[in-house]
Amino acid sequence: MNELRGILVEQVERLVADAGGVAPLREVEAGGFPQALWDGLSEQGLALALVPEEAGGVGLSWGDAAALWQVLGQHGAPVPMAETMLGAALLSAAGVEVPDGVLALGEKGAPFGRHATNAVKLDGARLTLHAVEGATPGANIGREPRDDLTLAPRSAAGILPNSHGPRALRLGLALIRAAQIAGAMERILALAVDWANTRKQFGRPIGKFQAVQQQLAAMAGEVAAVQVAVSNAARAVDARGLAEAAFEIGCAKVVAGEAATFGAATAHQVFAAIGITEDHELHHFTRRLWAWREEGGTDRAWAAEIGKLALARGGANLWPDLTARDA
Amino acid sequence: MRFDLPDTPPGAEALRAELRAFLAEAGRAWTPEIRARSWMGFDRDFSREVGARGWIGMTWPKAYGGHERSGLERVVVLEEMLAAGAPVGAHWIGDRQSGPLILRLGTEEQRRRILPGIARGELAFCIGLSEPDAGSDLANLRTKAERVPGGWKLNGRKIWTTFAHKSDYMIALVRTSPAPEGGSRHAGLSQFLVDLRLSGISIRPIRDLAGADSFNEVTFDDVMLKEDDLVGAEGAGWAQATSELAFERSGPDRYLSSYPALSLGLDALAANPVPGAEVTVGRMVARLSALRGMSLSVGGMLERGEDPAVEAALVKDVGNVFEQALPEHLRGLLDPEDSPAELRALLAALTQLTPTFSLRGGTREILRGIIARDLGLR
Repeated sequence: MNELRGILVEQVERLVADAGGVAPLREVEAGGFPQALWDGLSEQGLALALVPEEAGGVGLSWGDAAALWQVLGQHGAPVPMAETMLGAALLSAAGVEVPDGVLALGEKGAPFGRHATNAVKLDGARLTLHAVEGATPGANIGREPRDDLTLAPRSAAGILPNSHGPRALRLGLALIRAAQIAGAMERILALAVDWANTRKQFGRPIGKFQAVQQQLAAMAGEVAAVQVAVSNAARAVDARGLAEAAFEIGCAKVVAGEAATFGAATAHQVFAAIGITEDHELHHFTRRLWAWREEGGTDRAWAAEIGKLALARGGANLWPDLTARDA
Repeated sequence: MRFDLPDTPPGAEALRAELRAFLAEAGRAWTPEIRARSWMGFDRDFSREVGARGWIGMTWPKAYGGHERSGLERVVVLEEMLAAGAPVGAHWIGDRQSGPLILRLGTEEQRRRILPGIARGELAFCIGLSEPDAGSDLANLRTKAERVPGGWKLNGRKIWTTFAHKSDYMIALVRTSPAPEGGSRHAGLSQFLVDLRLSGISIRPIRDLAGADSFNEVTFDDVMLKEDDLVGAEGAGWAQATSELAFERSGPDRYLSSYPALSLGLDALAANPVPGAEVTVGRMVARLSALRGMSLSVGGMLERGEDPAVEAALVKDVGNVFEQALPEHLRGLLDPEDSPAELRALLAALTQLTPTFSLRGGTREILRGIIARDLGLR
């Protein structure tokens, strides 16, 4: 990890941790917005993190951004900072000035759309910016706002460079959700390990039982797999742009989706009844894992795209194609 | 745990091209059964050719027959060999762990005596760990070496030793002093370089369920070892042997064992489309890509001299699950009668091999125990 990334990760870690554990998640699920946390992160310049320095941003790499998204994911991503970072990066790449405040991605089911001042839409490679005039509230099973928006006519527009291409929003969102899944998986693994060392049955902590240890170890393998897949995807975006990183991003979303499925099930098994109560914090993370695996393309959809490509290229090309993508 | 993807070593592309040309030519002679066995296949002629091209002992000093290339270049060679299903067993163990052990801890005499032969692809090694009463509980081993004038006298029995009957040397972990009363059973163990031609050694091949004689029972009956056959420090054998395991457990041999079937399976599916097959294929390719990243990350850590014991256990555990599931995924997509003969034969051979993937080099349960300890559960 480079030094700048380390410092940023630490700052964001502190800000989100100070926001009060799962309190901001409960606030979001009750329809509120953790304004203080948003303001704190905004003051770090995070919204413009992926905007190049010469355009007034911070000029972070996608690798750095993905590391921050993992940290946000560890805390359940209570504010739409990742989405805003992506929106800002694309606006800037299309030569559009980035407005202040929360940016919504798209018009239908927009993450945190009701809290956004502006929305970004992509039609082909044409990116447009719109003021948000109204929102019909909706939610995913994480009880995160996913709102249908009423948008004003575009206030600005630009063309995305080919390196990002017409699928930039979907690709970016897939990478965000994969990174957040990596973070949330790390969190529920830590929670489950802690619980296994605390909860006693048959006179000893349940974590002393090999059956429990083996499940948590398998979960750790999935956490590692997602983290590596996300790093690989972010690195590919840094090397080639979103459009040409579709393979790596798709791989990350496939592995993240599979890991989320396995991880949530395993954590609930270890926690048993207490883990399915409203009072316990686990469900804030597992419901988000179940929601995030659906957003930015499901693991099934991405697997189909990757598989189609592999079948079209043929068996003899699979390995050479894979190694040719090394950064 | 920590996984950081390393940068691709300079010249990797050219090296891959060279390897692919070599393997395409050599591979003409390989039956599906040979490809399925890959690093469980033993072909001294092939290993000598690989050695002649400088692809064994790649990172070792030239003074010992090595080629002073980077560990990540070495990984390129391993990946290409395994993706092609090359029969690399005759040099695999020497290159992967016995050679590095001798280079790191051996005496100067041992290095000069042994390493150039491994690098030429001429000396084959086997690993003497398991015993009849010491498998996953390795510290329970009973084979012992007693100090005698001029060296050591070795008695006991090793079992499940892959290729002992075809190898030149074994690196054996044995007891050289009793475990201290109430102390760690890991104390008092030492590693020896055992020339398998010595008198008092009998090797009995054990046929496996596929009818192959790949592993053995090796009995030591008053075998006389020289002073200089001790590798590393007396009594430090446990730490030495376990530090080798990061090399053993993290390589591409822990997730690519079934790869040749995926490559052939894609062509069979392209010729005989199955609705929905692309989803299963895509999931396999995505896993393959993630596992490769994990394995390369550990390769980078080893290159930097770090100790990735837990990361290596994670690679092997996740990798074994993948390489065991791969033939079953293909089976779920393709009926045998729709498959070309080559794929059928490959899958038939792999099906019988897959149980070994999560046994060799540490069982799944042992690996997950290592991971659990790192998580703070033990």
